[in-house]
Amino acid sequence: MSGSNHLIYLYIAVMAIVTYLIRMIPLTVFRKKVENKYIKSFLYYVPYACLTAMTLPAVLYATGSLWSALAGAAVAIILALKDRSLVMVAAGACAAVFVVEQILPLLHELL
Amino acid sequence: MKSEFQKGLRDGVPIALGYLSVSFSVGIMAVSGGLSVFQGALMSLTNVTSAGQFAGIQIITAGGTVLELILTQFVINLRYALMSLSLSQKLSEEMPLWQRMVVAFANTDEIFAVAMNHAKSLTFSYMLGLQSLPILGWTGGTILGAAAGELLPKSLGNALSVALYGMFIAVVVPVAKKLKPVFWVVAMAALLSCLIYYVPLFSGISAGISIIICTVAAAAVGAVLFPVEEEKE
Repeated sequence: MSGSNHLIYLYIAVMAIVTYLIRMIPLTVFRKKVENKYIKSFLYYVPYACLTAMTLPAVLYATGSLWSALAGAAVAIILALKDRSLVMVAAGACAAVFVVEQILPLLHELL
Repeated sequence: MKSEFQKGLRDGVPIALGYLSVSFSVGIMAVSGGLSVFQGALMSLTNVTSAGQFAGIQIITAGGTVLELILTQFVINLRYALMSLSLSQKLSEEMPLWQRMVVAFANTDEIFAVAMNHAKSLTFSYMLGLQSLPILGWTGGTILGAAAGELLPKSLGNALSVALYGMFIAVVVPVAKKLKPVFWVVAMAALLSCLIYYVPLFSGISAGISIIICTVAAAAVGAVLFPVEEEKE
């Protein structure tokens, strides 16, 4: 256990160093603007592609059951389509998961 | 006349409040991924990045390699390089190297956005003020979330563990709805990610590598098909 603990500290340090260097080097060394429109476009699309890849399909397995996860994701998408705030969307997703997980065992008993 | 530092502090209050809630779910995630409360807090204090930490926790939980971790952090956080480049144009010219190195530490999406909206050129004191409360909020929220994650019953824990995904969805969906190119980039990333996850042929591809492949491929295809024209900055 302590071995894996040391590893976690190593991983945290590596993450911090990589993240810091990415932020620091352009601010200190290169002080020029990026002109190439393809590179600019690539960097513009990166966050959307990356957040999507991290969410799907992982969100489906984040809770106790596929059904509650589906409900949470669906509610989040609907609220986001209605341009609700970050906190509202997240809270809606959590509430949906909680409600479905309370109902599911009852359904199992009935059927 | 308020000092520059105080102005920065004031502008950082809304960011700090927002971070408190987002980092709460980062904390829950950290604990459910096997990190201690202290480790989660340390990660938030030293990284100050939501997507990067989230991917990092996934890799740590899955027992991924350091190389995988470095590559993932690099790709996911690459956008900060662009922000730092833009920010460097707005810092006062005489700002010395060491101050630039300090200011770089917490150049997050939100701090960048507020800094770029600031009317005047940015001073070191203003940037220090602007960053301090959000860093505290980010770390404090992580501690609260991690502690709660250890104490909460399983049903609540399950419910809260989708919070971060909810926020990702809240960031992506409205923009994808408004802008066709973003919609297609998102669709490509989603399809590719599911292919890698479900097709047995790709079962050797780990979570971190999958995120990199999907991000680079979808963003690159997007950049070639829909290059962003000069923006209305």
